[in-house]
Amino acid sequence: MALKLGDYKTDVHNDWCPGCGDFGIVNALQMALYEMGIERDKATIFSGIGCSGKTSHFINTYGVHTLHGRVLTFAQGGKLANPDMTVVAVGGDGDGLGIGAGHFVAAGRRNIDMTYIIFDNGVYGLTKGQASPTLKLGEKTKSLPTPNTNSNVNPIGLAVASGFTFVARGYSYDVRHLKDLIIKAVKHKGLSFLDVLQPCPTYNDINTRDWYAGVDLAKESMERHSRIYKLEDTQFDPTVNYAGEVEVNEKLSQALIKSLEWGDKIPTGVFYQNELVSPYSTRLIDKIPNYLENPPAKQIISNAGLPNTDISKILDSLDV
Amino acid sequence: MSSTDFTWLIGGPQGSGVESGANIFSKVCAQMGYQIFGKREFYSNIKGEHSYFTVRVSDENIHSNVNDVNLMVSFDAETIFRHYDEISSDGGIIYDSELENITTDRVRTLDTPFKDRLHKLLESKNKPFTIAGVLELATEKGAKLYPVSFKSLLEHLSEEADNPRLRGLVRMYNVIGVSLTLGLIKMSSTSLVNAIDDIFSKKPQIAEINKQAANYSYNYASDNFENFKYNLTEISKQPDTILVQGHFGTSLGKMVAGCRFQAYYPITPASDESVYLESNEILEIENDRPGSTIVIQTEDEISAMGMMIGASLTGTRSSTSTSGPGFALMTEALGWAGINEVPIVITLYQRSGPSTGLPTRHGQDDLLFTVFAGCGDFPKIVYASGDIEESFYDTGNCFNYADKFQIPVIHMMDKFLSSSVVTCKKFNPKKISIDRGKLLDKVEGEYKRFAFTDDGISPRSKLGMDNGIFWNTGDESDEMGHISEDPQIRIKMMDKRMSRLDLALESIPINQQVVSFEVHDYTIISWGSTKGPIIDAQDMLKKEGIDIGFIQIKLLHPFPTEYVKSLLKDAKVLIDIEANHSGQLGKIFKQNISRDIDYHILKYTGRGMTSTEIYDSLKKIVENKAAKREVLSHGA
Repeated sequence: MALKLGDYKTDVHNDWCPGCGDFGIVNALQMALYEMGIERDKATIFSGIGCSGKTSHFINTYGVHTLHGRVLTFAQGGKLANPDMTVVAVGGDGDGLGIGAGHFVAAGRRNIDMTYIIFDNGVYGLTKGQASPTLKLGEKTKSLPTPNTNSNVNPIGLAVASGFTFVARGYSYDVRHLKDLIIKAVKHKGLSFLDVLQPCPTYNDINTRDWYAGVDLAKESMERHSRIYKLEDTQFDPTVNYAGEVEVNEKLSQALIKSLEWGDKIPTGVFYQNELVSPYSTRLIDKIPNYLENPPAKQIISNAGLPNTDISKILDSLDV
Repeated sequence: MSSTDFTWLIGGPQGSGVESGANIFSKVCAQMGYQIFGKREFYSNIKGEHSYFTVRVSDENIHSNVNDVNLMVSFDAETIFRHYDEISSDGGIIYDSELENITTDRVRTLDTPFKDRLHKLLESKNKPFTIAGVLELATEKGAKLYPVSFKSLLEHLSEEADNPRLRGLVRMYNVIGVSLTLGLIKMSSTSLVNAIDDIFSKKPQIAEINKQAANYSYNYASDNFENFKYNLTEISKQPDTILVQGHFGTSLGKMVAGCRFQAYYPITPASDESVYLESNEILEIENDRPGSTIVIQTEDEISAMGMMIGASLTGTRSSTSTSGPGFALMTEALGWAGINEVPIVITLYQRSGPSTGLPTRHGQDDLLFTVFAGCGDFPKIVYASGDIEESFYDTGNCFNYADKFQIPVIHMMDKFLSSSVVTCKKFNPKKISIDRGKLLDKVEGEYKRFAFTDDGISPRSKLGMDNGIFWNTGDESDEMGHISEDPQIRIKMMDKRMSRLDLALESIPINQQVVSFEVHDYTIISWGSTKGPIIDAQDMLKKEGIDIGFIQIKLLHPFPTEYVKSLLKDAKVLIDIEANHSGQLGKIFKQNISRDIDYHILKYTGRGMTSTEIYDSLKKIVENKAAKREVLSHGA
């Protein structure tokens, strides 16, 4: 029986604030899973801690709501042990780029075939609005006693530098575009990263929906003024088309330069994609040829309650 | 024929081949039919600091080191300065005669506190601060000296073999030392040559020159050294004997138990296990295609823990191996595994804390920390192995406990075990059973991962399984695994999880919980690697007609209160033996049994206990001459 979009939704009460940007992301994720026809029991959503951490409870697939900053570690372990699963990890920008920044960088080096989505809103919502790693220096959101004294992390730049092989940005109020980006990210062979700009209506009174829409930039004339634009509407080609230092360096550098664009114009879409880097499974197959046919989760380890692993050669080598 | 009990010590700067020398020696003695107990001591250093290996050789089963060294071989000055006083009155020292005039100040790695103590002693005995000075002290005690110039040995060898390259090969000093030893104790040289072939099997050229050096040195010692008390001739081998290193028990145990995922971050003394698992990552499976262990070196221990839990949720038997500081980082996720009922095994190779402490030295400092690790109330099992052979079978049991009770298991090992090299009975994989508890093969009908059941354990699905969808959360949750803050659900969930502590006590076989080595008026309680030296000391006392009991507690949490109480009902004096400062087992014992410990025998120098030390302290206790707290300090 074909699945309906509604089958990807649970009936768990969603307690996010009215108008929260997270709704757009969870909707886009459900739509993407539905559109790709991924069986519900063949996908796992791993989530971190915070408002975004609750995402896994709203999606009717396997859902693992982990610890603050650690979502990538759980997700990678799950994917390595059962590579047949579709794995999507989600979390906030404080979760992934603050407490979890080390895991973010290390995950890039591995390039395991899965997707990581950061709900990027510049604040720690669930703890009442402290500055998070993407908030700019000197900005003072509603509940900060004084302006932010830290510079911001550049999520796209950090992902590119860390070795993520698909790096993109979406906007939570453009759900269809976001859904398309999620599909691209999931289909990408390797580790994909999506930075999703997501206004927090309660605590971030700077990067609001109106701000992204460029209401403050509106002139009396009726010209388009949204800050958000799509890279695919420009000449920007994010894809590494052939293996070669010049090509790779060029695509990496232009992604980094593009990631610095902020203010009156904010790019969304794919910044960088390189499928020529081996996914981690390939690196494992180099050592363990039947890794994908017989991964850890599928291995039979016993026969009638007794172990079937034969270590007699090792034991014989220890004979005196 | 009188029994053989011979302790040999080889020392030298880290990186000079002390370990491979000891391995050759151990292998030869084992092949000649002897039982081996070897132990390595080393600094937290790559090259240059003093490391040494003590190998005890006996024709009887042995489980520990003793204080006395019967023969020391040293090709550097520091080994002599640090160990001359351990040589028994009937023992000997083979040393490089070029070293005789070396002063303590020439040896830069001798630290000031040690040097100050040595100078004070030499001054009081009117000896110079030189190798010659300390050797005089050793000979006054009765030790025999076997000086030989390692340099001229190499020169003669190079002339004889017509190979000028041999002249400067100081890297062969270790093999020369071993060969001189074997020549002196009249051990067969055939097995020496075989052992060298084995150790250098991948480098035939190096094996060849080492064999030349070995034969030459062996003959030199046979021809020139005499009057040594110890001759070790070949004896009949005990069947099914293997020679193993410390981490082999848990590594091989993991392979056999079906652990297929191990995530770790490098830390002494735990990493050897993970490296060994990765070196053997492809596994032979009976009547099936090859299996494999995925070993992942993570960015930190937090990640190792997260990855292991993620892998376990797919139904894969998963584990990590770490030491105290790494385990400290794992405690947050340990609680997550607890509340989510995830079976995992953490192999905890303890070392001396706190903090970095003595990072390459032994300690049993982490018992209380482990029992209480993690925030909040959640069930876990803390289990300790007493020796390497035991650790193989215990590893299998730990995975069964994890699966049956859906609970994190911490398997306590330590540096004493990890850096031992011992002979033991060949591991029998068929003595390990595999019990996955309520892990499902398929799911039918409505499924609730955390369903309330009579025994408190819910059927377990796994990520990716047909129809088995579930949710996990570190929050309190309902039966589906969705967040719940309902007070009534909270009570039921807490009760459900915590009930498995009682279930574990009821269903883990009693002989896996506590092992009794007799109970007498004086009875020892202890845990972990103190087992070996304790049973050897017990034996020494028994030969003198003194009976001391000993119970080895393996299941430390939940604590087998009733069983321990019943075992100890006739014991009048309780002696707690542990390698930590505060007598941590004693505290747990008192908390559970409400009974005082009468004597503590403790050691926290970072060096393992010897049976001699324990024997001495026990003797003082039965003679009523002991302090309530005996603190041991043997070992350089």
